[in-house]
Amino acid sequence: MYLYDEFDRILVAERVAEFRDQVRRRLSGELTEDEFKSLRLMNGVYLQLHAYMLRIAIPYGTLSSDQMRTLAHVARRYDRNYGHFTTRQNLQFNWIRLADLPDAMSDLARAGLHGMQTSGNCVRNITTDQWAGVAPDETEDPRVWAELLRQHSTLHPEFSFLPRKFKIAVTAASHDRAAVKIHDIGLRLYTNELGESGFEVSVGGGLGRTPFLGKIINPFLQKRDLLSYVEAILRVYNQYGRRDNIYKARIKILVHDLGAAAFAKEVEDEWRAIRDGTLALDPAAIAAVVARFRRPHYQQLADDPPELVAALESERRFKSWYLNAVARHKWAGYAIVTLSLKPEGGPPGDATAEQMDAIADLADRYSHSEIRVGHEQNLVLPHVRQTDLPRLWRALDEIGVATPNIGLISDIIACPGLDYCSLANARAIPVAQELSRRFRDLSHAGGLGRLHINISGCINACGHHHVGHIGILGVEKNGEEFYQVTIGGRADEQAELGTLLGPAVPATKITDFVEDIVDAYLELRERPDELFIDTVKRVGVEPFKERVYAVH
Amino acid sequence: MTSPLERKTKITGPMVVTANRLTDGAVIFRTADGRWTTQLGLAGVVNTAVAAHELLAAAVADDVRAVGAYLAPVELTPEGAVQPGNLRERIRVSGPTIELPAVPVSPGGARVSL
Repeated sequence: MYLYDEFDRILVAERVAEFRDQVRRRLSGELTEDEFKSLRLMNGVYLQLHAYMLRIAIPYGTLSSDQMRTLAHVARRYDRNYGHFTTRQNLQFNWIRLADLPDAMSDLARAGLHGMQTSGNCVRNITTDQWAGVAPDETEDPRVWAELLRQHSTLHPEFSFLPRKFKIAVTAASHDRAAVKIHDIGLRLYTNELGESGFEVSVGGGLGRTPFLGKIINPFLQKRDLLSYVEAILRVYNQYGRRDNIYKARIKILVHDLGAAAFAKEVEDEWRAIRDGTLALDPAAIAAVVARFRRPHYQQLADDPPELVAALESERRFKSWYLNAVARHKWAGYAIVTLSLKPEGGPPGDATAEQMDAIADLADRYSHSEIRVGHEQNLVLPHVRQTDLPRLWRALDEIGVATPNIGLISDIIACPGLDYCSLANARAIPVAQELSRRFRDLSHAGGLGRLHINISGCINACGHHHVGHIGILGVEKNGEEFYQVTIGGRADEQAELGTLLGPAVPATKITDFVEDIVDAYLELRERPDELFIDTVKRVGVEPFKERVYAVH
Repeated sequence: MTSPLERKTKITGPMVVTANRLTDGAVIFRTADGRWTTQLGLAGVVNTAVAAHELLAAAVADDVRAVGAYLAPVELTPEGAVQPGNLRERIRVSGPTIELPAVPVSPGGARVSL
């Protein structure tokens, strides 16, 4: 956990007081909606189909148990007893009253939580690997760099009114769990052949109406230069990004139009003037941030303790969960545990206040009071002793977050869609629910191997459908819901955009259609361990197209 | 000759003016006599571009009670009941189409009403 300092606490408290006054003036009619809208958006307050929505930032997806309890409290006291974890590691409440928002924000602020950088044309909440700090395949904890970027970007006056929103993701692992290639800036921390650690910088990634993968403009950036280089990118974007057309305002369009090489040159020119100035990071500044991360005091333990081995031998359901949801930790004797927020028939990413409280208690007991949020809309307990896994599993099972479907076909990423969102054209959640029921047989799902379905209710692509192994996009045709399907997308270190399979199918047929894609995969794969995504890469989309459209 | 108002406000069938209530975002409808209601059945239904434009203009001017007023299509049943005219409006009127967790009464907090 990162411990906020006095400056952070004052900043958040002042923001709450400021927003309380803005809400008062809006309710009295002193402020018009036009005047108020940008103010509420700066605090993560949207107006959706049925109610106001409050989006709360969870910087780099790390939550303390006390923060989780505060989210449960806000859900219970001010909302409808549940919250929705998003694809950007944030949390949304869907039913909050405008008049209650200042009090809700005040309660959140006491736990160091707020809605800043969750909306508006600013640098948004920085995201990272939900296994940061504990993943065996990482070079170092990327949250240190995410935190430095958070401090640099929060309320940055020059970058509070960019042409459009701006998203940054950081990873330090060989396997990219942070989807850096689909971000405006993607940072991959790695160690080069000289043994030096630095960042590969890509820019111009993004989904939405015009999807692009990020292009590498700097293959190795020294750590000391991170802030100055990011500032240079933002300055070039701020100067040249289009403000005349909202659909062409993201940095990806600028990078595409200029070309990555020309864009990189602009950045280099800008950077040259500032790289050795105040933004150059000296070791003391980095060490100060490192020091504010509270890290667990791990015990000296061995992997695969007898209690775990015995439980795996005696309890079939535990073993099934263990093989699916538990990952190796960088510290011997510990494990990383993923909690599925994708129960059969449930809305992806939703958790009730009771579940949040229970997870907070379990984090206290078993995970050094720490919880992570992943962009796949699941939660993680990052520091669990392997000896505790059987007890933890029973507790997770009781509260409904131990479905062993992590990374499987029913672990669906979905945006809120037309059930909540004012931008959506079609529903996403009911499609996810129906698919999770159709593929409820977990032994069948396990036999399919890793297979990601991503669903978006509109072209803005909050469900990241372009990078789903199977991507589903809701569209509206003559008042009816239809779904376009892409296959072959992926968001990891081999990121690809999916290819459209063919004409959209009506809502009544989408579940059968996906099942037909899965059947085609089973027919086409060369061997049982060839993953769906690898089969698509090997054979292309045509064999899938022929098979599924033959019956639809 | 088509009036300028009719040229700006195209309507293809019966419409109502809807918005979100300022205080809580609830879905509301403009009545014919200039009030707001949460009951679609009490909404003022317009059938001409001129009437639609007038109803909308008055609604937009009421910035203190309502946010984001716009014209929404409705259907009239043979009995004269007013029904939402598309899926989006049906969801706005009836709420999410998925089952939500039960609304509890929080100790120390008021039940959320919408």
